[in-house]
Formats: sequence, C-alpha cells, structure tokens
Amino acid sequence: MIETIGLTKKYGSFYALQDLNLVVEEGHVFGFVGANGAGKSTTFSILATLLQPTAGDAFINGMSVTEKPHEVRAQIGYMPDFFGVYDQLKTDEYLDFYGASYGLKPKEREQLIPKLLELVNLEHKRYDYVDLLSRGMKQRLCLARALIHDPKILILDEPASGLDPRARVEMRDILKELKAMGKTILISSHILPELAEMCDSIGVIDSGKLIAQGSVHEIQARLQHEKIINVKVAGSLEAAVAFFENDPFVSRIVAVPDKGMLHFSYKGTDVQQIELLQKAMAQQLPIRSFAEEETDLEDVFMAITKGADVR
Amino acid sequence: MKTLLANPVLVKELKLRFRNIKSFSGILFYLVAMSVFVFGFIFLTTSLTGSGFFRPTESFLLFSMMSYIQLGLILFITPGLTAGTISSEREKQTLNILLTTSQTSFQIIFGKMTSSVAFLLLMIVAGLPIYSLVFLYGGVSPGQIAVIFMFYLLTLLAIGSIGVLFSTLIRRTIVSMITTYGTMIFLTVVTGFFLLISLQISQYGNAMPNFSPMSYFWASINPPVVLLTLLQPAVADQILNLATVTFPLWAGYFIFYSVLTAAAIFLSVKRLRVNMHKYK
Ligand SMILES: Nc1ncnc2c1ncn2[C@@H]1O[C@H](COP(=O)(O)OP(=O)(O)O)[C@@H](O)[C@H]1O
Ligand SMILES: [Mg+2]
Repeated sequence: MIETIGLTKKYGSFYALQDLNLVVEEGHVFGFVGANGAGKSTTFSILATLLQPTAGDAFINGMSVTEKPHEVRAQIGYMPDFFGVYDQLKTDEYLDFYGASYGLKPKEREQLIPKLLELVNLEHKRYDYVDLLSRGMKQRLCLARALIHDPKILILDEPASGLDPRARVEMRDILKELKAMGKTILISSHILPELAEMCDSIGVIDSGKLIAQGSVHEIQARLQHEKIINVKVAGSLEAAVAFFENDPFVSRIVAVPDKGMLHFSYKGTDVQQIELLQKAMAQQLPIRSFAEEETDLEDVFMAITKGADVR
Repeated sequence: MKTLLANPVLVKELKLRFRNIKSFSGILFYLVAMSVFVFGFIFLTTSLTGSGFFRPTESFLLFSMMSYIQLGLILFITPGLTAGTISSEREKQTLNILLTTSQTSFQIIFGKMTSSVAFLLLMIVAGLPIYSLVFLYGGVSPGQIAVIFMFYLLTLLAIGSIGVLFSTLIRRTIVSMITTYGTMIFLTVVTGFFLLISLQISQYGNAMPNFSPMSYFWASINPPVVLLTLLQPAVADQILNLATVTFPLWAGYFIFYSVLTAAAIFLSVKRLRVNMHKYK
C-alpha cells in the first residue's frame, strides 16, 4: 500500500508539489497524469527516498519514507523517468549487479535473470552490451531491474515515454502482466489514454496539486456535464429539428442539410436520453442513427488541466 | 572481510576496469618505463665510472629516485581515478538507481573507493620486482621498503578518499577533479612553501634554523619531506634534534593522514544520499 499525507515539496517559494493526499491500495494500479512540470517526478522521487519532502510524509506498506528510508528501498521497485546504463556491461551482468545490490545470493541471481529477461522479452539480448540496446529495450531492462528483488510495490515514472507505438504496446502488455501478478503499481504519464486501460484509478495533477482523482469513468463523467448527440435523418430535417427543440434538455441544435443530419448538446441523464429516443421513435421520425459523439480522454485531460490554469 | 570484498560495486567496477584493454596497457607501459629507467641507470653508472661495478651508494640513489617517481605517480594518478567516481554516475544518470537499491551508503563509497584505488595498488605491486632489484646491490633494507610501501598506501588512501569526497559533494566531475588536484598540490607543494617560510622566520637571528612547532607541523604533513626522512633516517633525527617537539615526523604524518582519510570517508557516506528526515 502506498499512502501520502500532505506531501509537499517547495523549491524556494515555488510549490513543486502541494499537499498531496493519496492512497493506493494493495494490488491496485494507480495512474498519475499531468503535463510536463506538474510534479509527477517530484512525487515519485520522494517515494523513492531520493528527495526530501518539505512537509508531509509518505508511507510504503506503513513505513515512513522519511523515518525508514533504508527499509523502504527494499520494498519498492523504482524506475526513474530519465536514467542511464553502464557501458561495457552485458545485459545479464547488469541485472546481476543490481541483484547483488539487493543482497541476493549468486545462485538466486543466476536463476532469476533468465526469468526476468523472459518477462520483458529480452532473452535474446542476454549477452549483448546494455548501452547498445534500443531505447525500448533499455526501458524494459530497467523494468526488469526494478523487479529483481521481487518488490510488492512498483513506482514507474513514465515508463512508456519516448517509445514508438509498437514499443509502447509491448511495455503495456508487460505492465498488465505485472498487474496480474498482484503488484501494487504507481505509474505516471503525461498522456492519459495511455494509462486509462490498465489503471484502477487515476489522479490528475497540475502545478503540484491533485485536481481530480477517481476511476477513469468518474473522471470522464465529471467533465461531461454535456454531451453532443448526432442524429442522422432520412428525408426532411424540419420535423426532426422541431421535435428535438421541444425537449427541455436539448440546446444549440444545428441542422446540416447536406449530410442529412443534425446535432445538439444534451444535458439529460442516460435514462432521459433513452426516453427521448423512444419518444422520437413513437413519433415515427425517420431516424437512421442516434449517437453520442466520442469525447476521448485527451480532450478530458485538456479540459481538466485548462480549468486548473484559469484558477 | 569477506562481506566487505563481496561488495557489488567493487566487483562490478573491477570487472569493468579489467575488461578494458587500456588498463593493462597502462600497467605494461609503466613497467616498461620503470625497467628502462632502472637498467639505463645501472648501465650508465657502471660504464661511466668505468668500474663495471654498481656500488651500494649508487644503488641507494637509484632507489631514492624510484621512490620519488612512484610518489609522484600516486599523487598525480589518484585524483584522476577517484574524483569522478560518484559525480560521473550522476552525470550518466545511473546514480539515482544505485541510491534506491538497498546497499548502504558505506558499501557504495567503500566499493567505489577500493575499486579505483585497486588499480594503482596493482600497478605498484606489479613494479615491486623491479623496485626490489636494487637490494641485490645493497644500500637498502627490506624493512625500509616495507615502511615506504605503507607510506604509499596511506598517501594513496588519503588522496583517494578526498577525491571520492569531492566527487560526492560536487555535481560536475570536471570541477571535482580540479578541486582534488588543487588539494593534492596544496598538500605537497604549498605545505612545502609554508615549511620554508616558517623556517625562515624561526631562523631569523639564529645561526641554526630551529624547528618551531609550526614548521614541524608543515614538515610532517608534506609527503616529499616525509619520504625523505624515511629514505634517510639521519635527516629525521636531525629535524627531531632541532625541533622543540619530541614526536617522530612519520607519526605525525600517520595521524594526520589517517584522520583525513577517515573524515573524508565519513563525510562522503553522510552526504551520498539526501537526508530524508524533515526539518522540524
Ligand atoms: N531542483 C529543482 N529546483 C527547482 N525547481 C525544480 C527542481 N526540480 C524540479 N523543479 C520544478 O518542479 C516542478 C515539477 O517537476 P517534475 O516533478 O519533474 O514534473 P513532471 O515529472 O510532472 O514533469 C517543475 O516546475 C520543475 O521545474
Ligand atoms: Mg517527470
């Protein structure tokens, strides 16, 4: 379990992180979303015992990162947003070194390394030099490294950043596998859709403040006070426009005669929306299609963070 | 001891260093240069004097010259080997990961320190056969060689730990290097100047220079001066006679550099990781 209480980091008078309260239950995946400079890496560095908080505290399985940093290190697997590798070291030697750093015996390391390499699809690179691997491979190797002492908790700072789409998919599949293994994962990204699929809940951070927290659906719903509905009609639009105009939840109705469609903003609930459609059908309106416009998570994210900027 | 040597950083760094061909060619070059110097010296002295005979006094002169060459090597190579140990990891962005492992700060510093010093130690040990060739000709005792080796070891550890300390405290390797070389030059050259100045002051009005405690202090922390007293115990006795202090020079050196080493290592260990405790 990961918990932060009033976690704050100030640089001079600038708040890189302000009063962050967060709980990630055991076995959950929590996605931390925010633009560049929002404070994601600051939070993760504190959790990884690399940065001293100005105020507040964070707890890993109930252990304070400020009081027991040494014990905390043994409990977490941390992957920084930017990292380097040693040159002249081979993939298996790289993992062996970190295994030794966590006090694993040579025998244990020997058994673990092939398993970890298999997990991150790098078996075929076992005897290659680490600094010659591609970016995506290095990223996966770093993830394998973070797993070497079998930590229950993973803190992954933008593990998919800078990867091509294929490498992203590969990374995502590995993360899903880790989730299935029951790891508690705190993962950050500056792109929301990347995380949506695999996270139990999401926190949106902006300028050091957590501005929204909840499941992906909740966050999406919070922004969708209004949805846009597109209606395609066979034949004349007038009757349909007249019908929808009468509904109290409909506004800003626009007809597009060339395409034989109209669209409007709708404020009603899902149930009211069903009733509206049923009424339209009862009126024998020649409706070909009736569909909500897809708002993607990107728009949601933009809307949330823009709202924060205004404040 | 075994757990100390099973240090992950030490093992990895040694692996990397000795994988590198450059390390071996460095040692080879040193041995060749050393041999050419020794045999050249013997050849020249025997042929110039025409005696065809290498006398103990000449053998001693050769030994002294080699001792100073090795001291020079230690003083100049140690900062280069140690002043980048931590800062270069910071620059290569490998330090953060290293610091989040469950190694203690002492383990990391110890591993860094021993692995970088090991190379120089190997170099000195590899030169030992050539170095001890001189006793075949007499003029030098094995005990003297042992003492001088202890002196080298201490000097190396002291300069090395200062290098590691600056590398921990200073972000950039280049700045850390400059600072470490600066400190080394202070200890070897500037203390020499201070020694001369304080001798001048105490000599004022007297026929013989007398060693004030101040000059004694500068003499005892100056590696070239202390090496001289180790080579020529008579010089040490002379200084002790002139001084108001009745404390052997080498003991002063030993204490000063041991404390320096311990303090530098202690501070490096303290400052390697951030202090996570909140200021209350
Ligand atoms: N050492 C530092 N000194 C001053 N400001 C810093 C320092 N480190 C980070 N910051 C600032 O803190 C904010 C948060 O940074 P960061 O946590 O890295 O953002 P993110 O990872 O979300 O992109 C940024 O505005 C950054 O400029
Ligand atoms: Mg970041």
